[in-house]
Amino acid sequence: MTMIKAQHLAVSYGHGDTALKVVKDVSFEAQKGETFGLVGESGCGKSTILGALAGRNKQWTGSIEIEGETIGQKRTRAQLAKQQLVFQDPFGSIHPRHTIGRTLLEPLEIHGKDRRQERIEKVLTDVGLPLKFRYRYPHQLSGGQRQRVAIARALILEPKILLLDEPTSALDVSIQAEILNLLKDLREREKLTYILVSHDLAVVAHLCDRVAIMQSGGFVEIATRQQLLENTVEHPYTRILMDGSRGYVSEKRERNSAALPA
Amino acid sequence: MANTSDTILTVENMSVEFPTLTGVTTAVHDVSFTVGREKVGIIGESGSGKSTTGRAIMRLQPPQAIVKANRMQFEDVDLMTASEEEMRSIRGRRIAMILQDPKYSLNPVMTVGEQISETVILHERATRQEARNRTLAMLERVNIRDPERVFDLYPHEVSGGMGQRIMISMMLIAQPSLIIADEPTSALDVTVRQQVLTILDDLVVERNIGLIFISHDLNLVRSFCDRVIIMYAGRVVETITAADLDQAQHPYTRGLLNALPSLDRPKDRLEVLRRDPAWLEN
Repeated sequence: MTMIKAQHLAVSYGHGDTALKVVKDVSFEAQKGETFGLVGESGCGKSTILGALAGRNKQWTGSIEIEGETIGQKRTRAQLAKQQLVFQDPFGSIHPRHTIGRTLLEPLEIHGKDRRQERIEKVLTDVGLPLKFRYRYPHQLSGGQRQRVAIARALILEPKILLLDEPTSALDVSIQAEILNLLKDLREREKLTYILVSHDLAVVAHLCDRVAIMQSGGFVEIATRQQLLENTVEHPYTRILMDGSRGYVSEKRERNSAALPA
Repeated sequence: MANTSDTILTVENMSVEFPTLTGVTTAVHDVSFTVGREKVGIIGESGSGKSTTGRAIMRLQPPQAIVKANRMQFEDVDLMTASEEEMRSIRGRRIAMILQDPKYSLNPVMTVGEQISETVILHERATRQEARNRTLAMLERVNIRDPERVFDLYPHEVSGGMGQRIMISMMLIAQPSLIIADEPTSALDVTVRQQVLTILDDLVVERNIGLIFISHDLNLVRSFCDRVIIMYAGRVVETITAADLDQAQHPYTRGLLNALPSLDRPKDRLEVLRRDPAWLEN
């Protein structure tokens, strides 16, 4: 079943003569339970696509279908609740003066949900945090715990889709592993569909089934996980990004090894 | 492999302590290492003391911090006893530091050219004209195509990659013998990172100097450096040749390596690091 279907999606910022087209005519779809990746360098439009899917950015053209339902620029609450965002920086995305319980309560109030305390307890358990954390403030939590709170806040409305914007790039390697494992578990348990934005192809290959590689607002290639792992991607730009996630490639060493007979 | 007998920096049993209201916090704990004419990586997670170590070498720690060591020797200078005046002549001239984000570390109200020339004018009492010529040559050396134009730009007018190349040229114009690079490429995109590292690599080899490369990126340090120092909770847990990192013995290093998602060795679940309190003893 197709969960997300975007066709000829274009997104712009600004009006009139100064309007800037950031995403230019991209089409993709994601099946239920699938993780679709968006990879590219800063400014290529990957987060803007997430913004348009989430309903944050309303200046888009083309068509978006969520769960078979065509979405317009204006959405109902129920339509907005279907997809939720998780941001990159857990230090900047949670209100510093609200307790975790208060932060988790807010979406429930906005969407007029019942059984609020029960829902907060369930979602904290789901992301692997102790229940007493609802009385804590963000500064009393580590980076990994905060990112769990951000995921809990996204899950509390029982969405079908999570839009993940670089969910682990602000975290240490060992904490990144915990969050990636959690995301994998949640996807299976809750039958979620993910759109994952990242600049690290190793993270993307770990979680995603298919990946769109973006450059200046368009897709250069849609590669499968298999292609990434077997190193059979087609576009040279994808190869550059893959080399990047492996580390530094010395030009001298390359020149030397090219000159030497193997 | 660089000649390690030609030591530039020796640090023996260095500790950095921060007095707080609730007692003394030891950020760096009995750290010893040497740097020769080579690229040494310092790896660790946030809070492991890697940046504090780099700053303590240049005596750039906050005023309340206490640095203790048995020995801190940089070439002919004893860093333990050097006066503040001596330190001023060392900083920027003989030991240079490259920081993470050029957006915050360049002066926003001075042109790029003025900032780079300032180093030679202050340290070597060069004339303005001479400083300008050397700056232009240095900008060209870091692959900036149109140095005359870039000289008169302000930091907000240049891209992140160019900003970092400007930082590198500023650090290298005074011909230091040791560079401390603290996460120099973490704010940069992959393709730009490659260019910046190539420039840094070439300059270190060309001038035969030492580089301390502080980073959290295992793959990057493994492929860029000659030797790697792994830090955990303010302690050096292991020092290993970069090429042998896969054979690392310490459970912390092993844990970090296994927690990393990899394109070459995909696995279904990533291993989660289990921290052993025993790592804090020694």
